[in-house]
Amino acid sequence: MNCESTRRTSGRLLVFTVVSTLFFAAHSASAADWSQFRGADNKSRAAESKLPPDEFTLETDDVPKVERKNVAWKVELPARGVSGPIVVGDRVFVTGASGPKQDRLHVICYSAADGGTLWHRQFWATGRTICHPTSSVAANTPASDGKRVFAFFSSNDLVALDLDGNLLWYRGLTLENPSAANDVGMASSPLVAAGNVVVQVESKGESFAAALDAATGETRWQVPRTSQMNWTSPTVFSADPAKPIVLLQSPDKFTAHDAKTGEVLWSYDEKCGEISSSTTEGDLIFLPSSGLTALRSPIGSGNWEKVWQENQLGPGNSSPIVKDGRVYVVNRAGALTCGDAKTGKVLWRQRLKGPYWATPLAIGDRLFFVNADGVMQSVKTSAEAGEVVAESKFGEAVLGSPAYADGGLYVRGEKHLFKIAQP
Amino acid sequence: MMRGWISPAVVLGAIVIGSSNGPLRADEVADALATIKAVGPGGTGQAAAGHAWRIAAAAGPARITDVLAALDDAGPLAANWLRAAVEAIGEKAAASGDKSAAPELEKFVLAANHSPRARRLAYDWLVRFDPAAEARLMAGFLNDPSTELRRDAVERVLNAAEKAATPEEKKSLYEQAFAASRDVDQINAASNALEKLGTKVDLPTHFGFITRWKLIGPFDNSGGKGFSVAYPPEVKVDLAGKYAGKADKEVVWIEHTTAEKYGEVDLNKALGKNKGAAAYAVAEFRAAAETPVEIRIGSISAIKVWLNGQLLDSREVYHSGVEIDQYVSRTKLKAGVNEILVKVCENEQTETWAQDWKFQLRVCDATGTAVLSQDRMASK
Repeated sequence: MNCESTRRTSGRLLVFTVVSTLFFAAHSASAADWSQFRGADNKSRAAESKLPPDEFTLETDDVPKVERKNVAWKVELPARGVSGPIVVGDRVFVTGASGPKQDRLHVICYSAADGGTLWHRQFWATGRTICHPTSSVAANTPASDGKRVFAFFSSNDLVALDLDGNLLWYRGLTLENPSAANDVGMASSPLVAAGNVVVQVESKGESFAAALDAATGETRWQVPRTSQMNWTSPTVFSADPAKPIVLLQSPDKFTAHDAKTGEVLWSYDEKCGEISSSTTEGDLIFLPSSGLTALRSPIGSGNWEKVWQENQLGPGNSSPIVKDGRVYVVNRAGALTCGDAKTGKVLWRQRLKGPYWATPLAIGDRLFFVNADGVMQSVKTSAEAGEVVAESKFGEAVLGSPAYADGGLYVRGEKHLFKIAQP
Repeated sequence: MMRGWISPAVVLGAIVIGSSNGPLRADEVADALATIKAVGPGGTGQAAAGHAWRIAAAAGPARITDVLAALDDAGPLAANWLRAAVEAIGEKAAASGDKSAAPELEKFVLAANHSPRARRLAYDWLVRFDPAAEARLMAGFLNDPSTELRRDAVERVLNAAEKAATPEEKKSLYEQAFAASRDVDQINAASNALEKLGTKVDLPTHFGFITRWKLIGPFDNSGGKGFSVAYPPEVKVDLAGKYAGKADKEVVWIEHTTAEKYGEVDLNKALGKNKGAAAYAVAEFRAAAETPVEIRIGSISAIKVWLNGQLLDSREVYHSGVEIDQYVSRTKLKAGVNEILVKVCENEQTETWAQDWKFQLRVCDATGTAVLSQDRMASK
């Protein structure tokens, strides 16, 4: 680049950077955002400010438009995926994959207000795109730090865009780890913690977890993992908000890492689930292992202690939820079990309509479940044994976990993205 | 709905870039594109690319084909940066109703010397600006070097075949589709339809699968250790050689021809059921001249492949899936006889789904068009 060109270019970029920075300032991360898999803190629950409706009715061939109820909007998706949507400010982000080999990757930004497409970026997968037909190359739910969106795919392509769709960085992790893939498809969702984007890449080939600088995409730390198939997602453990910890769950162990450095703080060397991921509450961790295992790791202890273990609380594909002293799990058959979060004692069971891939959402005294056939059931948890208060149908498969923001439920189906909200 | 809505920040940013010192000059865009093309694995060059991307994305519709042309020799990561820049330019133009890029985009699409991916991307934006271009151009893509453009053209022929009134017309159209198809699903759709119409198709030849092999094994791969052991065939292929195999049992080369439609060589059948084992397969491939090719392999277990003694690929992964064209190596055949050597290792997993020990290999060009050995015989 010659000097004159450099000077002119620098001038243009300076002005652009100022404009962009001003815009970013209006988009600071918010607790109200549903910014990653299972929400900002991976707890699958939202503040109780505005409950979404218990039920909805979609307009179909058999249901006239006039009967449409509580559907704010519905848009057709240009690409298939089983990832969940995320919501940042007034924008909804969805990933997808298309083409006969699913090697066209999509990141789409919609207006939360009306479902209009704000921008749409496509990329060519740089890694392997083989996966089970039920899954998709777009299986990993994207994440955001409030300024940027990080879209991760089964092909190990990790894309960082700003909220306006400007490309910030791009890592093709399979180019660096050519055998990191499996035949079902990779599905671990990225996690934003301590300024890093943490990805867990575990397969029978190269296996590792890595933290990439959210701003630059540079690798901050990387730790090896056992070569085995695993679909769990990293979880943030913020008992001490000043020192967030990243929890990595694998079939043979569960490890806690300093989110900034990757240093292993402790390890729980027992068999763990390979699909359902852990969740946390205070200094407790609820780990899918021998049913469900509650571990306590007090601030600064650098270790764990087992609080309880309950076989009857074993989750299926969905991850557990803890709310108001109770833990909720749903098994593969669709049986919802509620337990005491302090003791693990089973309190009640309720038969729901499974099977489930999506993790439910907890808001107020409601749990919202969406099964693989697209049937949503709203469960009142304040009832003595849990009460299904409503049932609605999306009319298409739903495998991605729903998101919630500002009174709206955002659900990604096989073909459409839905916003369910009171008028 | 707010289709095509662009954030005020982007618009303002683009205006600022485009007006602070006048329109972007060609050399500024060229510098930016060169910077983007320097990105590499491991995050190399990303910071500079991030700045350069904003310039490329603000280059405007008049320079969209400059950005597209940069895809011709871009690596896989740079290609995605460039693609995103083209999309940003296209979105801004579409939002403002500026369709001025359409004529240059059409010229770009029709220039087969540009990279297939760039042409497909250009086509997508051309059709966005000029929807009539699809009907005007699609029929001409039936044998296009872009597999994506070709795919759409094949789809049109398959649809026409399905609707054709007479068996003769159907047969003619399905034959046309089969000859042009390169994606597995379309190849199968056309070949299945032809079989139903009583026309036999030679799938292994269409794909370019090698069906005649010489095999030797099993050698020991207990504990997966054999993958890195260079057994005698790996040092030098001597078809008269006799060696101590697994458990000191003597092993010799045997002839093997597969009749499987996707060229699969089932080593459990050819060499006997083995676990913790390694086997080698060798094939001669005669080329009239030096030929750039892709050697594409599918294997459910660990595999290595060599061409004329040069290691092309090495994948130490067991029972984690298999598909046609799972691993692709770009290489060159020399004129005359070439030696393709494959090592396939099986581990000791006991699960019922972890018992296959097989592979498939084909030789083709970058579009997936079969490159056949001069002495190849038609499959039976």
